Amino acid sequence: MLRKVSFLVATALVLAACAQPQAPQAPAPTQPAAGAGAQQPSGAQVTLIIESWRNDDLPIWQDVIIPAFEKKYPNIKVIFSPTAPADYNGVLNSKLEAGTAGDLITCRPFDVSLKLFEKGYLAPLNDLPGMENFSDFAKTAWSTDDLKTTFCVPMASVIHGFFYNKQAFEKLGLQEPTTWDEFYQVLDKIKADGTYVPLVMGTADMWEAATMGFQNIGPNYWKGEEGRLALIRGQAKFTDEPYVKTWQQLARWRDYLPPGFESIKYPDAQAFFTLGRGAIYPTGSWEIALFEKQANFPLGIFKPPVEKAGDECYISDHVDIALGMNAATKHPQEARTFLSWVASAEFAELYGNALPGFFPLHSTPVELKNELAKEFVSWRNECKSTIRNSYHILSRGEPNLENELWRVSAAVINGTLTPEQAAKEIQEGLERWYKPAQQ
Amino acid sequence: MHMHRRASTLPVHIFVFLAPATLVYTLFMTYPLLDSLRLSLYAIEPTGVERFVGLKNYIDLLTSPDYAPRFWGALRNNIVFFVIHMVVQNSIGLLLATLLTTKGRGRTFYRTVIFMPTVLSFVIVGFIWNLILSPLWGVTEGVLKSIGLGHLFRPWLGLESSALITISLISVWQFVGIPMVLFYAALIGIPEEVIEAARVDGATSWHIFWRIKFPLILPTVGVVGILTFVGNFNAFDLVYTIKGALAGPNFSTDLMGTLFYRTFFGQQLQLGNPTLGAAVAGMMFIIILSGVLAYMFIWQRRIRPTEL
Repeated sequence: MLRKVSFLVATALVLAACAQPQAPQAPAPTQPAAGAGAQQPSGAQVTLIIESWRNDDLPIWQDVIIPAFEKKYPNIKVIFSPTAPADYNGVLNSKLEAGTAGDLITCRPFDVSLKLFEKGYLAPLNDLPGMENFSDFAKTAWSTDDLKTTFCVPMASVIHGFFYNKQAFEKLGLQEPTTWDEFYQVLDKIKADGTYVPLVMGTADMWEAATMGFQNIGPNYWKGEEGRLALIRGQAKFTDEPYVKTWQQLARWRDYLPPGFESIKYPDAQAFFTLGRGAIYPTGSWEIALFEKQANFPLGIFKPPVEKAGDECYISDHVDIALGMNAATKHPQEARTFLSWVASAEFAELYGNALPGFFPLHSTPVELKNELAKEFVSWRNECKSTIRNSYHILSRGEPNLENELWRVSAAVINGTLTPEQAAKEIQEGLERWYKPAQQ
Repeated sequence: MHMHRRASTLPVHIFVFLAPATLVYTLFMTYPLLDSLRLSLYAIEPTGVERFVGLKNYIDLLTSPDYAPRFWGALRNNIVFFVIHMVVQNSIGLLLATLLTTKGRGRTFYRTVIFMPTVLSFVIVGFIWNLILSPLWGVTEGVLKSIGLGHLFRPWLGLESSALITISLISVWQFVGIPMVLFYAALIGIPEEVIEAARVDGATSWHIFWRIKFPLILPTVGVVGILTFVGNFNAFDLVYTIKGALAGPNFSTDLMGTLFYRTFFGQQLQLGNPTLGAAVAGMMFIIILSGVLAYMFIWQRRIRPTEL
């Protein structure tokens, strides 16, 4: 009730801060001021600061990645300075507007970074040595819509799939399912046995239902890139069969989830699974490091099931993270040196192994050491890759498609919306602002 | 002569003493508030230029099919949130204050314990209650089972039908100490003679409370009411810590504060819209201002502290 600092005041302060006109950023001098004549710019030590949302990765940057770079380029010192993931976009925007952001900017995929580029905060990197190491697929997420200009160096993607408790599978004599029928047979057996909760997921945070549910299993129905691009061109609708079928699958999951899943949050579900109380966990490769650290049972993974054995399979191989250069940096030469190194095969191997589950997008195949990471990445040879269908173009208007997918997917699993209603609400929302979808 | 001179001299010291507070208040409260209201009358072009659009943001918020359902939904939820606080929090606060004024043992202890959650951070309160009510690790289901009511347990924080009520009650738990302390201060201010006289006249405790004590603390009831109103229509933190900025499930816990946050700062792939966000803040300001004005001009004029 009573608050010592009223929210309204805070609100007003923030508004005032954001309303400040942007100070024109003077071109940064790369030479020391006249008078310090004796100093040689090339010999001076330069410090680069990296902005990132990956606070989990701080030790890896500090202990592995940055030392490897500094050894090669002793004149450049690099500081990794992350912000909490949920605050990153907002904090970064404010820093860029105020001219206090770091030299290197970790890029979210697609529209968030595109907006930064359009406002002139990110420098174009087309001519950066090393950019030729990335395919167009890898660069799409950090290029203009016409693919002419790329503004971030692609770093990694994450692959969706299902983790399972190998011990539980062995005890109950179960095999990795490949089709939906097998998937539900496995779930039924686990349920009948009663030792484990068959499928571990909660819907309280909502994004799991969309990201680990809908975007994980859906590409098999909408045929990956084919379906994603058809939505963008307005040739497919969310009310079409592939999408409704995806939500129908999610609705079936309800019977196999832990009791009270409606109020189970993401960390709860992670802990529940790694404590060995659940059998299958729908998620993505980014969990490898944490799960291997916390679970004291062997882990296995399987691909999203297909309708019939032998069907063409599709995986969500979502381009997730890249690195760009602040257009206002005082050290563009050094920042580009660092980015070129990030674009090298050496960095790809270092990063891919330091952070198992984040797969380098480099065209040279990287030798991965982690077994689960190797298995995830091997799916690229068996299935076709796609990205989450709400990330490119389709979340530019309101109602925001990504937010809406969170809301309806959670509601479908909770049983408060039918798959058909969910499809209808999503399609209507998209049609309200997206012209190609209105045809 | 002397008197005349004093009246005509500019009372410089008054300005000197007022200046620091006025400056700070103007700089950090009045100016940002006015600038926020100004911002709500603009739209930002894709090129980053601000363009004056008059009341368009407000009209969109109140009528367009994109924003109006969210605005009216948040307002409706906020009213429910407020009503629960008025009814549950303030009646329990009054009851506790009355109990504290009786001559029981351990009054100071209870007064402190009940007030304590008020000073806890929202993040801690949200976390504790998430755990207590968790279907995986929480104690609630076990406690209910032990008294034979296990079948009543539900994941209340996750259900559309109960999430808002549950969060309101958590907030009541956190803040019940404030009306309690205010009512307590008012109750102990009532002279003992008045109550003794009533008792001599044969009034029961029930009558003494409703006919004597309650009318005497009516001004405090008003103060508690308006503080609850202002606090509730600014509420944001508890929903944000428990349910996130999307205020799920299905927007069932969306308050004006979370709607503002989402609109102004954005959410995941939704980019922030500062000018429309400023319009949400403007609506919050108007709602709170009308509540405060109603309190000042209706309640305060009618209810005068009874002179004893």
